[in-house]
Amino acid sequence: MTKILKMRYLILRRITQIGLLFLYFSANAYGWKVLSGTLSSSKLFDTIPLSDPFAVLQMLSAGALMGINVFVGAIIVVLFYGIIGGRAFCSWVCPVNMVTDLANWLRRKLLLDKVERKVWISRNTRYWVIGLTLIVSAITGLAAFELVSPITIFNRGVIFGMGMTGAVLLAIFLFDLFGVKNGWCGHICPLGGIYSLIGRFSLIRIKHNHLNCTQCMKCKEVCPESQVLHMIGKESTTVNKGECSNCARCIEVCNDNALKFSLRDFAKSKSKGDNK
Amino acid sequence: MNTQNPKKDTKTSISDRRRFLSIMAQSIGLSALGGIIWTGYVEEAKASPLILRPPGALPEPEFLKTCIKCGQCAEACPYDTLLMAKPGDGLPMGTPYFIPRDIPCYMCTDIPCVPVCPTGALDEDLVSSVIDGKKVLDINKAQMGLAVVDHESCVAFWGIQCDACYRACPVLGKAITIEFVRNERTGKHAKLVPVVHAEYCTGCGLCERACVTEKAAIFVLPRDTAMGKPGDYYVKGWSKKDQERIKQRDLTKLETKTERSEKSPQDYLNMDEGLFDD
Repeated sequence: MTKILKMRYLILRRITQIGLLFLYFSANAYGWKVLSGTLSSSKLFDTIPLSDPFAVLQMLSAGALMGINVFVGAIIVVLFYGIIGGRAFCSWVCPVNMVTDLANWLRRKLLLDKVERKVWISRNTRYWVIGLTLIVSAITGLAAFELVSPITIFNRGVIFGMGMTGAVLLAIFLFDLFGVKNGWCGHICPLGGIYSLIGRFSLIRIKHNHLNCTQCMKCKEVCPESQVLHMIGKESTTVNKGECSNCARCIEVCNDNALKFSLRDFAKSKSKGDNK
Repeated sequence: MNTQNPKKDTKTSISDRRRFLSIMAQSIGLSALGGIIWTGYVEEAKASPLILRPPGALPEPEFLKTCIKCGQCAEACPYDTLLMAKPGDGLPMGTPYFIPRDIPCYMCTDIPCVPVCPTGALDEDLVSSVIDGKKVLDINKAQMGLAVVDHESCVAFWGIQCDACYRACPVLGKAITIEFVRNERTGKHAKLVPVVHAEYCTGCGLCERACVTEKAAIFVLPRDTAMGKPGDYYVKGWSKKDQERIKQRDLTKLETKTERSEKSPQDYLNMDEGLFDD
């Protein structure tokens, strides 16, 4: 029982990830009108449009003239993650997260992190990739990341048939397993970068209580964006960096009740600044 | 001052500004390499013209720009005609297309695939006509492609009677007609050959699906690939419609001035320049 309690957020995340994939799948296979389309653009209950803001941004950069629905959909998504969820897309919705989580878990089990020679990539690479995406989109007149995005390729694969999608996922899996720890989601993926930027000021945050902390550093070990946990054992505050994807792995792994979900700590982040 | 390690002092240190600029330059260098590979891939993906799009699709370059790859058109299609390009298909990733020999477009009169498009990559206006001042969906205006007949492998051109494509055509008697041609080989029979008319053909591919030969002798190609263009200089003097076509041309863009055309035709036709070597 305690073991399941320790995995409660992981189970919830898998339920939302697989559940959303199933809703998309059933819209095509059984004609359910709950959530139709794909993660690029969809319709909720056949009325509310939802669109990937990064896809829309690329298409604008490519010079496309689009209908109003897609902008309304993008604004709804930006407002949801911007005000409430933060970067929750990456750990609660994105199907590629399941692949990279598996790679990360295996990496820990196989002690692959203990190797001295590590491949180093900057965490800021994703922001460079965003810029590069928009430049390539403008040059080619085509949404550049959408053409190679493993997220939508996987998503469409589940709904319309996989084809060679497995090869794409295998590449990411191997890159994360043997190449760089959290390489794809934590360093390169520009969609993760976009949601980091959107979710910078959202309300739902992880809160640290440093009085309970025994500094075992298990949370930092398990966190896919460990730099956001700079306050561990030092001060009680919320995790305010945009890169935190609210995955709650740190909450699960903490034995000392020093981490929990909370609302953003505005007063603290103002006086101390959140970019240390 | 570090007196313990005098070597360290001789090492040139760089200012913060130089460090910042160097890191930026590093990233730009890597981005340039990544960007050129990526651009190359995208340009390659764009350059696959032999792909049939759903009804009401914008012209291909515009369509590629505007399609968000959400698959709502494919979900709306009741016949599972529309496919979404996936890795391994060798087509622009994630965009909808169809293979008529497998499943053609059955030309639903309510065109469910078009109004669901959130971006307008499938444009209702391209498959609507105005009747009594009201916009009504009209699938017969679709231009998904154009059926082309290979005279060599079509058995009707051999003299064998076959009108499978003609019978399958949903724009019956307009998009494909059967023409009678004398069979010179026997000298006493007619060949009943199919002829496609671009004005009416929607490119639905029911003919390609119905064709009896092993590999279809009538097949749908994108209109851009299948059709030529006469240009402004050739006009059917006997057709009012064709004359309308050249009325739309932009006369200000006509720039065909040569050395000769500056003189009047009467002059330059009567000149003998160029006729004699000396």
